[in-house]
Amino acid sequence: MRVVAAMSGGVDSAVAAARLVEAGHEVVGVHLALSQNPATLRESARGCCTIEDASDARRVADMIGIPFYVWDMAARFRTDVVQDFIAEYAAGRTPNPCLRCNEKIKFAALLDKARALGFDAVGTGHYAQIVELPSGARELHRAVDMGKDQSYVLGVLNADQLARSFFPLGDTTKPRVRAEAAARGFFVAAKPDSHDICFIPDGDTRKWLTERLGEQPGDIVDVHGTTVGQHRGAYAFTVGQRRGLRLGQPAVGGEPRYVVEVQPGANTVVVAAGELLGVDVITGTHARWCGPAPEGVVSVGAQVRAHGEEIPATAWADGEQVEVHLQRPVRGVAPGQCVVLYDGTRVVGSATIARATANRAVASGSPAAG
Amino acid sequence: MLDSFVYLDHGATTPMLPEAIEAMTAQMATVGNASSLHTSGRLGRRVVEESRETIAQAMGARPSEVLFTSGGTESDNLAIKGTFWARRDADPRRVRILVSVVEHHAVMDCVDFLQAHEGAKVIWLEVDEVGRVHPETVRAAIENDPDTVALVSVMWANNEVGTVQPIAEIAAICREFAIPVHSDAVQAVGQVEVDFTGSGLDLLSISGHKIGGPQGVGALLARRDATLVPLTHGGGQERQVRSGSLDVPAIRGFAVAMRHAMANRVVGTQRLITLRDTLIRGAQDAGFGVQVTGDWQPGDGIGRLPGNAHLLVPGCDGDSLLYLLDAAGVQCSTGSACQAGVPQPSHVLLAMGMSEQKARGALRLTLGHTSTTADVDAFLAALPAAVERAQRAQVATSTTQTR
Repeated sequence: MRVVAAMSGGVDSAVAAARLVEAGHEVVGVHLALSQNPATLRESARGCCTIEDASDARRVADMIGIPFYVWDMAARFRTDVVQDFIAEYAAGRTPNPCLRCNEKIKFAALLDKARALGFDAVGTGHYAQIVELPSGARELHRAVDMGKDQSYVLGVLNADQLARSFFPLGDTTKPRVRAEAAARGFFVAAKPDSHDICFIPDGDTRKWLTERLGEQPGDIVDVHGTTVGQHRGAYAFTVGQRRGLRLGQPAVGGEPRYVVEVQPGANTVVVAAGELLGVDVITGTHARWCGPAPEGVVSVGAQVRAHGEEIPATAWADGEQVEVHLQRPVRGVAPGQCVVLYDGTRVVGSATIARATANRAVASGSPAAG
Repeated sequence: MLDSFVYLDHGATTPMLPEAIEAMTAQMATVGNASSLHTSGRLGRRVVEESRETIAQAMGARPSEVLFTSGGTESDNLAIKGTFWARRDADPRRVRILVSVVEHHAVMDCVDFLQAHEGAKVIWLEVDEVGRVHPETVRAAIENDPDTVALVSVMWANNEVGTVQPIAEIAAICREFAIPVHSDAVQAVGQVEVDFTGSGLDLLSISGHKIGGPQGVGALLARRDATLVPLTHGGGQERQVRSGSLDVPAIRGFAVAMRHAMANRVVGTQRLITLRDTLIRGAQDAGFGVQVTGDWQPGDGIGRLPGNAHLLVPGCDGDSLLYLLDAAGVQCSTGSACQAGVPQPSHVLLAMGMSEQKARGALRLTLGHTSTTADVDAFLAALPAAVERAQRAQVATSTTQTR
């Protein structure tokens, strides 16, 4: 097949590209330029798409003998990922931009452009496995390296996108990928993993959002509606957050308090003791299925954040909407995050969390849908 | 990869002439620093001076007016920074630099630097829709305040769209006011007649690898009375203005290429004009609404570089076309500079009044001494499929498509 290898300049995508070539595909390396004003050099493990990253990717492409191009997707990235990220926070939700990037850029804009230019598929260095069934249908599964597994951020892919994707690293552990890169002579073998959000280079999301949304002072209240503190912008808070609340008066009993709800309309942040954080009923919207949609009530494992724990659950899909009942409560579930459903190691699908509530009685202020 | 390919990017660099390779490799086998006083040094010096004479003669200059550099970019920097500093030192009022809006980055970024760090004031000279600076524009900018002008720089021919500038007229205006004038002639040499003394210029930049010589060598032609503040300090090898041991083999290869380019220019350019016109007509006739930019008159090799064909393909991104043509074995360029490998909308096309959207579909095909009818035919054969696919790709990645 003719495959575009998405090459970030990191070790994973370098090894993935080399493996695609060895699997007999006709491979062209493509580095996505996602930043409007790329920095010259990579600093620490944060940031991405620097000129140094592009030249690292280019050098690896030279070594494995494939053509290499930089495709400018900065405008699409800004609209579909960065502006969406800001709008979601402004609406009191907590988005996952990596997932959004996979859904809108890597397996949409990139894949669409590649197909238009005559390619059959896109290959990336994500840690996840594709299992092809005798029928030809494809399933998405967790990587063998559970520490690196990235199936969560790929849970947005539909069957058509999966049919045109390659994840050559899913059967390998990260240390082995690094060893393979070194054995292949890739100087990126020891390059640090990237972390955090690529477009917030210093990792300070709250500061970054404040620069864009401005200071919007408001109240922090408890579940009884009593004002217990002040904030400079409700958008900067996430359900489950404890740090940075700067509450003037301690709670009765002195137990730590957490954000349980962000109300963007009232510009209010609601805090409560930790036990009120636990939720076990999740309503998701914008359901995406990696294969056929499940019918009726199904037993699944539910994961609500990248590298989070998988909780046994039952799920019931109704068109775009999914209801998930967790077998035990989980803390810090924020609207806007994604719930990804698993059947064993197989990814069933995902939905964007609209509401997360506790089945048992919750005091006033049950988190509103965004 | 591909066993054979069609090379239509002579504007980026042109294949070295066999004569130049032979002369250069022979020189590489010898020892000798041209500054040394012993026999080997003298032999090296002799090669340098003979090369200087060859280049001077070809350019209508005196040998002492030829300063060897590492290439066009260094020549531009030395001419502009060196003249700016010298003129400002002589009279602190002279801070204005007049440059055309269609210059190469070697000039644009150089004057931007002087504006940001050295108190220069850059006056951008506008161009018309074919990318040409009108002499009256230069006169008006000077007359605005003649005593404050440090220098004027206008390229001989544009590297993207091939438009040749009225250098003699511009230089004559500058002479009236005794203002130094520089021209970047990197793209022009070998394609149109370039006569340094006859042009009235004070400074002229040329490069080795655009005329069949090696990369990494060039020259700044500087009148004997031109005062330049050096950029690099050291041995002062070149007229006390440019330091560094001379690259004797490269200089020899440069001179051989120059002699060859001049001997073959008239016949060669006629051939290029014919090929260029065939290419442009063929692309226009392909049925995609392909437009040619700049000043194109069939058969003309004076207003436009004979080897330059610059096209606008509607509904395409130049980088998609570039990829598809490369995959089909045809190598060309979008013409504009890259940032981290991403072609940026051309400042030249924007200055000519084009929209950013239109400018993104630019494709530059530049012909040179190895180009043949078969090359042009191969390009025209590969074009339709490439355009169809590139148009689909642009639809697929359009920014209007969200959610």
